Amino acid sequence: MTVIPQQPTTTAETSGQRHLPPEQRQAIRVRVIRRMGVYALAILISLWIMIPIVLIASMAFSTPSAVRSFPKEIIPDPVSTDTLEFFLNAEGILRSTVNSIIVALTTFVLSTIVATPAGYAISRFVFRGRDAVRLGILSVRAFPIVILAVPLAVTFINLGIYDSVYSLALLHTALVLPTSVLVIASVFASVPYELEEAAQVFGCTPVRAFFSVVMPLTLPGIAAAGVFAFVTSWNEVFAAVLLTLTNRTLPAQILFSLDKSGDPFKFAGGFFMLVPSLIFIFFIRRYLFNMWGQISK
Amino acid sequence: MGQIVIENAVKKFGDFVAVDNVSLTVEDQEFSVLLGPSGCGKTTLLRAVAGLGVVDSGRITIDGRDVTYLSPRDRNISMVFQNYAIFPHMKVIDNIAFGLKMRKANKAYIKERVEIVSQLLHIENMLDRYPSQMSGGQRQRVAVARALAVESKVLLMDEPLSNLDALLRLEMRAELKSLLAKLGATTVYVTHDQIEALSMGDRIAVMREGKILQYDHPTKVYDYPSHHFVGGFIGNPPMNFIPAQVQIVGGKLQVTIGDFNFTPDDTAILGALKPYDGKTILMGIRAENMETFNEPVEGGLRVTVDVVEPLGSQNLLTIRFHGETIKVATHPDFPVAPDKDIWLRFPSNKIRWIDRDTSFAITPDMAQVMS
Repeated sequence: MTVIPQQPTTTAETSGQRHLPPEQRQAIRVRVIRRMGVYALAILISLWIMIPIVLIASMAFSTPSAVRSFPKEIIPDPVSTDTLEFFLNAEGILRSTVNSIIVALTTFVLSTIVATPAGYAISRFVFRGRDAVRLGILSVRAFPIVILAVPLAVTFINLGIYDSVYSLALLHTALVLPTSVLVIASVFASVPYELEEAAQVFGCTPVRAFFSVVMPLTLPGIAAAGVFAFVTSWNEVFAAVLLTLTNRTLPAQILFSLDKSGDPFKFAGGFFMLVPSLIFIFFIRRYLFNMWGQISK
Repeated sequence: MGQIVIENAVKKFGDFVAVDNVSLTVEDQEFSVLLGPSGCGKTTLLRAVAGLGVVDSGRITIDGRDVTYLSPRDRNISMVFQNYAIFPHMKVIDNIAFGLKMRKANKAYIKERVEIVSQLLHIENMLDRYPSQMSGGQRQRVAVARALAVESKVLLMDEPLSNLDALLRLEMRAELKSLLAKLGATTVYVTHDQIEALSMGDRIAVMREGKILQYDHPTKVYDYPSHHFVGGFIGNPPMNFIPAQVQIVGGKLQVTIGDFNFTPDDTAILGALKPYDGKTILMGIRAENMETFNEPVEGGLRVTVDVVEPLGSQNLLTIRFHGETIKVATHPDFPVAPDKDIWLRFPSNKIRWIDRDTSFAITPDMAQVMS
C-alpha cells in the first residue's frame, strides 16, 4: 500500500521536471550559473586567504632543510618541529612572547573597561555634542601611527615610562579604542532600550537592569571587541619597535631579527604570530554569529 | 488595587510640549484608555505614570501615594510594552518570574504565580521555550503574563496589540478585556486605535496636542463628542459635521442648512444656541443617527445619493451636499441607488452642536455660564 503509490509520484515528478517549458529551463540554468558564480568567487576569496596560511603552516612543520629547498611540498614530509623549536629557542623570542601577551592582555582589559561605558553612553544618551564625540573618536584613527609614535616616544622618555610593556599597552589601547567604542556602541544599540525599561519597571535599578538584561545580551559583542583589541595589539609592530628597546614584543623582536635570519626562522615566526589570532577568531566566531541571531529575533 | 491621579502634568521636549497641563483620574479597578493620534502625548503621559519619564511639573499619585519623582520599581506598577520587551536571553518561565524574583518573593510563591498566569494566558506548555522560538502572539502573551505575575496595583499598557495581525488582535482584545475585568487591576491603556478604545475601555481619554479633550465612557465619547476633533477621530465613518447657520426669526430659533431650515425640538439646546444668532456653527451627527426616507417628509432635507457601499450589516451612503460630504448609514433593506434622491431627518437628541471658533461642543451648561 505504501510502496506502490510512491513510485508513480516520484516518476511523475522527475518526468515533470524533464518536460519543463524551455523558458523555465532557461531561467533555472541562469540561476545555476549565478549560483556557480557566487561559489567560484567565495572559493577564490578563501584561497586568497588560505594559501599563504597553509604555506606558512606547512613550512613551519617542515625540517629547516626542506624549508630552504625548492619546490616546496604542500604537506610537509617528514613532519618535524625542528623549525619551530629553532625559532622558539632563538634568543629573545620567549621573552618577547611573554611581553606580547602582557601587552595584549593589558590592552584587552583597558580597552574593554573604557570602551564599554563609552559605547553605552554613545548609543543610549542623547547629549550635546554627541555627534562631535563620535567624529572625534573616529578622527583619532586619521592620525597615522608614524606621526603619533615619535612624539609619544619623546613624551614617554620625558615621563620616564619609555621601554615599558605597560606604556606600550597604553598606546595600543588608544589605538584600538575608536574601533572598540564604535563596535560596542553598535552592539548596545542593537539591544532595545525598552528591555532596560521593562527591567526597571519590574524591580531593577538602572545598574541592575544593565547587568541582568543588557550585559548577557551584549557580552558576545563586547568580548568580540575585546578579542579584536587583543589581536590588534598582538599584531601591532610599528609602535612596538619605536617605544621599546629591551622589552620588545614578539612582532618587534621578529622584525628586529628578520634581516639576520633565514627562511625557517621567518616561516616559524609567521606561523607563531598567526596562530593566536586564528584561535581567538575561531572561538568568538560562534558568539559573533549568535549575537546577531539572538538580538534581532 | 489603586486609584491613579494625575494633576496638572506638563512634559516638554525642548520647545515641544508633549503633555500640556493634563489632569486625569483613573478610579480603582477602572480600565482607562488614552486615545489619540501619534504625537498627541499619550505615551509620554503613560511613561510619566510608569516613572520612565519624569514630568516637568505636576503631580502623580497612585493609591494616594505621591509617586511623581519615584523610580519605576518603587511605584508598584507593571507594564506591557509595545514591542513586548520580553528578555530574549531568558526562558519564558524566567521572563514571567522576573518581576517577582527582583522583588525577592519566595520560591513557592513565584512558582504558584507563574503557574496561575501562564494558565490564564494559555502558555503553560511553553514555559521552557526561549522567546525566539515563539510567534508574535505568543510573545505578546508572555509580556502580559509577566505584567500580571507581579500583582501590582496598576497595570500600564502601551499599544500592546499594535504589533499583532488583525485577526489575532481581535482575539486578544476580547481575551484581554475579560482577563482584566476578572483581575480588577487599575489599567491605563494607550492606543491609537479608536475601535480598540471603544471596545475595551471603561473610560476613554481622547488626547490631541498634549491635551485631553474628553474623558468619558465610550458611548458618551462616541455619541456626544465634546470637541470637533473627537467626533472626527472616533467612529468609522467619523461623525458628519455640517455647517449650519443659526437665525432667530420672529423670536423663533431656526437652523439653516443651505435653503433648508428646521428648529431643534430640544429646549435645553435652544437656549444654548441663542447667542449664536446670525453665526455659522457645525451640526455634528453620526451616520447611523439620521432617519432616511424615500419620499418627501415633514422636516426632511432632500439630498442626492452619490455612492452606495453595501457593508453587509448596513449600507453606507456617501452624499454630497453644498460641497460637504455626508456619510449616512442605512439598513440594508432600505432601497437606494446612486443618483437617487432621499430625504434625511436629524433627530435633535442625536445632534452635537459645535462652536466653529473654539471647536468645542455647545452644551446647555455652557449657555448658563455665558448668560
